[in-house]
Amino acid sequence: MAAALINVPATAKRGDIIEIKALMSHVMETGYRHTETGEVIPRNIITSFTCHYNSVEVFRADLFPASSANPFISFFTTATESGTFEFKWIGDRGFQETASANIIVS
Amino acid sequence: MIVMRAISSLLLVWLATPLPSEAAEIAPDQRRSGSTFMAPETRAMQDDDTSNPGMLWVLDGQALWKAKRHPSEKSCTDCHGDISAMRGISAKYPAFDELLKRPVDLEQRINLCRTRHQDEAPLADESRELLALTALIGRQSRGRPIEAGSDPRLASFVAKGRDLFMRRQGQLNLACSNCHDDNWDRQLAGSSITQAHPTGYPIYRLEWQGLGSLKRRLRNCMIGVRAQPYASDAPEIVELQLYLATRAGGMTIETPAVRP
Repeated sequence: MAAALINVPATAKRGDIIEIKALMSHVMETGYRHTETGEVIPRNIITSFTCHYNSVEVFRADLFPASSANPFISFFTTATESGTFEFKWIGDRGFQETASANIIVS
Repeated sequence: MIVMRAISSLLLVWLATPLPSEAAEIAPDQRRSGSTFMAPETRAMQDDDTSNPGMLWVLDGQALWKAKRHPSEKSCTDCHGDISAMRGISAKYPAFDELLKRPVDLEQRINLCRTRHQDEAPLADESRELLALTALIGRQSRGRPIEAGSDPRLASFVAKGRDLFMRRQGQLNLACSNCHDDNWDRQLAGSSITQAHPTGYPIYRLEWQGLGSLKRRLRNCMIGVRAQPYASDAPEIVELQLYLATRAGGMTIETPAVRP
């Protein structure tokens, strides 16, 4: 059950600096832990996060085993025109999730 | 000589004063939610639904609430309607069960619903599904006061829970009250002890990197004092939860809360 929580302001004035928040549900298993019987729990993390604003990449992050479970990423960008923010998370074991949010810029 | 007499009278006064471990229960107006002990950053994380990771379980719970269960083809919605109808329900738990003649907590109630009305096997304790449904139902009561324990049939169970809270146990020989009534304003290994009011369960605990129930938190404490933790279906653990809920009666529900 993967779920994302996105927070993008619904409206903004042109040139405003806006905060974008993205929370993704993921265990972020480091690959360094062992089970009670000594077997390594295989690594299972998100490795990459990107955000496109009207198809232009405005933010990218690479994630590593030290990131917490359910990683929360927040960043700022400038509101230029009305359109869509598209978020994408890619990770181990073929993990791939997308989410999007719209903004109206006046 | 005068100095000696002064010292001995001081000693007498000190001996006559009850030791801190005998301190009284917390007065109602002195009660504080665990969130008031947290760093401002952690509180901000809890208060914003888009940064509170507990809301991920609430989202999962919304899907489960509407999902049809296979043998019975019944979803939660078919009996209870929209989830908003559950407003205020979790505030009354643990509550008395007519058939079992004893209190059940919200997790047990969900599993009783599954076995009695949906012909389903109960969900495992601390499973993602059970936590998701508990978080979803709990979320509906956010901002409401805790009301558990007002049913007169629960009085004897509340009393038993209170006894458990006051009873010394484990290798360290500590009662819950030794920390949470007597020393809640102090620190233990750099962490706030807090007053142990169950205002936000299930909680997203940063240490756990996930959501967990009050039972899990109680087991943590029991392991901490090196006592044998109760089994998840033991009557004692429900009685203890019930006493904690009455002790926090009237305090505001924060579910799903974030704790360090």
